[in-house]
Amino acid sequence: MKFGYFPGCSVLGTGRACEESTQAIVRELGVELEEIEDWNCCGATAYMSVDEHNALALAARNIALAEKQGATQMTTPCSGCYLVLNKTKHYIEEYPAVGNRVKESLKRTGLQYKGTVRVRHMLDILVNDVGLDTIRKHVQHPLKGVKVAAYYGCQTVRPYKDFDQYHFPETIDKLCEALGAEPVHFPLKTRCCGGSQMGTLPQVAQRLVFAILREAKRQGANVIVSVCPLCHFNLDSYQHDIISRFKEDVGITCLYYTQMMGLAFGIDPNTLGLHRNLTWDRSPLRQQMAAVGVGA
Amino acid sequence: MDVTTRHIKYQADCDPSFPAAIKSIPGCEKLDSCIQCGTCSGVCPMSIYMDMTPRRVMNLVRYGFKKEVMASNTIWLCSSCYACTVECPREIKVTDIMYALKQMAIREKAYPRRFRMVVLANEFYKMVRARGRVNEIHLVTRLNLLTNPLEMLKMARLGIELIRRGRFSLRPDAVKDPQRIREIMEYQGNGNGRKEVATK
Repeated sequence: MKFGYFPGCSVLGTGRACEESTQAIVRELGVELEEIEDWNCCGATAYMSVDEHNALALAARNIALAEKQGATQMTTPCSGCYLVLNKTKHYIEEYPAVGNRVKESLKRTGLQYKGTVRVRHMLDILVNDVGLDTIRKHVQHPLKGVKVAAYYGCQTVRPYKDFDQYHFPETIDKLCEALGAEPVHFPLKTRCCGGSQMGTLPQVAQRLVFAILREAKRQGANVIVSVCPLCHFNLDSYQHDIISRFKEDVGITCLYYTQMMGLAFGIDPNTLGLHRNLTWDRSPLRQQMAAVGVGA
Repeated sequence: MDVTTRHIKYQADCDPSFPAAIKSIPGCEKLDSCIQCGTCSGVCPMSIYMDMTPRRVMNLVRYGFKKEVMASNTIWLCSSCYACTVECPREIKVTDIMYALKQMAIREKAYPRRFRMVVLANEFYKMVRARGRVNEIHLVTRLNLLTNPLEMLKMARLGIELIRRGRFSLRPDAVKDPQRIREIMEYQGNGNGRKEVATK
């Protein structure tokens, strides 16, 4: 299996662990990723607020670059990038006038947009293309007794998704079961974490994250698993501030789903970028994994 | 409260070109089929912090209450999670309408003062224009310097943690030739009118 790979800005910056763990997992499972050469920022949620044509054209540039490289499918580990790229593709197909303008502007830089590339989420590829059976075969250390709150965040399954459901997705839950862990009932799994509002309006975004962490804990989870680098940053890095602000211990280990897979596969925690997570140092899961010889 | 001082709005004072402009934007043409059921407001994680619910914004937009909508904080609190869009029984792309409103407010500089989201969006835009890629740390630093430098002190603890864990990249990432990015951004097309672009 070979895919065009779009890392995205977050994944190379604060969400570096996402990239590291994803690369470790695809190496293990034999998925080939070919980085799209000279990709640019997808625009995230901020860009569309300023100029619609530019937001679509710049996202489309990445799709055109993937086509140029001969890819038929492209993938990204970041849910924000996934949504933006997919949305762009839908807009270009749905609104020919928009599409023509985008194509024209790309042509000026010598790029041709044909629309032949499918945009896929990494999670979709791992669970549906590689398959849970193959994943099960790679599990060396089943995550027995680990109760997981699977947090999908908002961008993963909305509104142009091509896998799972809008309201109550189950992909990560099934993945957890395949890894030997136990998914808990988690109604806030697609509730927004505030996204970039954490930087602009922390009073509000911290409350959203507080609600998510609190629910996960009350449902009996000891690990919360996220997909998107921005969700992970919000859930993982602000726990100290949130606990001191709301005076309730909602501290919980927060991992990327790829990190959890890597632990079950017996991959070294440093390769998975676990040392970059703020909630890993004192995580009970860390001791549990050390007991079976992972990262001891 | 003295009920007689209540501000009464008149349809005659409204701007009929406002709903027309919004509806001409792709994805926003279904606005008129809104049944005011309130599902968008019910599922919105931000609506309890907004001065106006998304349902109200939808109604005010289609009747042309431009000033009220532009002055509201609702469009800036929208975190673009698309919950409203996927739940709307009339298939209205509420999130995309919020985007259209943001674009209009930025173009016309009609946003509430001191709103950090506007600064973030603009800085993001400039950074992509300059380099094609975004460095989150630079972006947050610029945002804080421009709005509230004291905020930087509060972030110091987190900043140190991120440096310690190698997540603080100071190297500004860039595409090979940012001029190409600017060429795409400066493309004007035929007439550069939004309406021409938007007609299906």
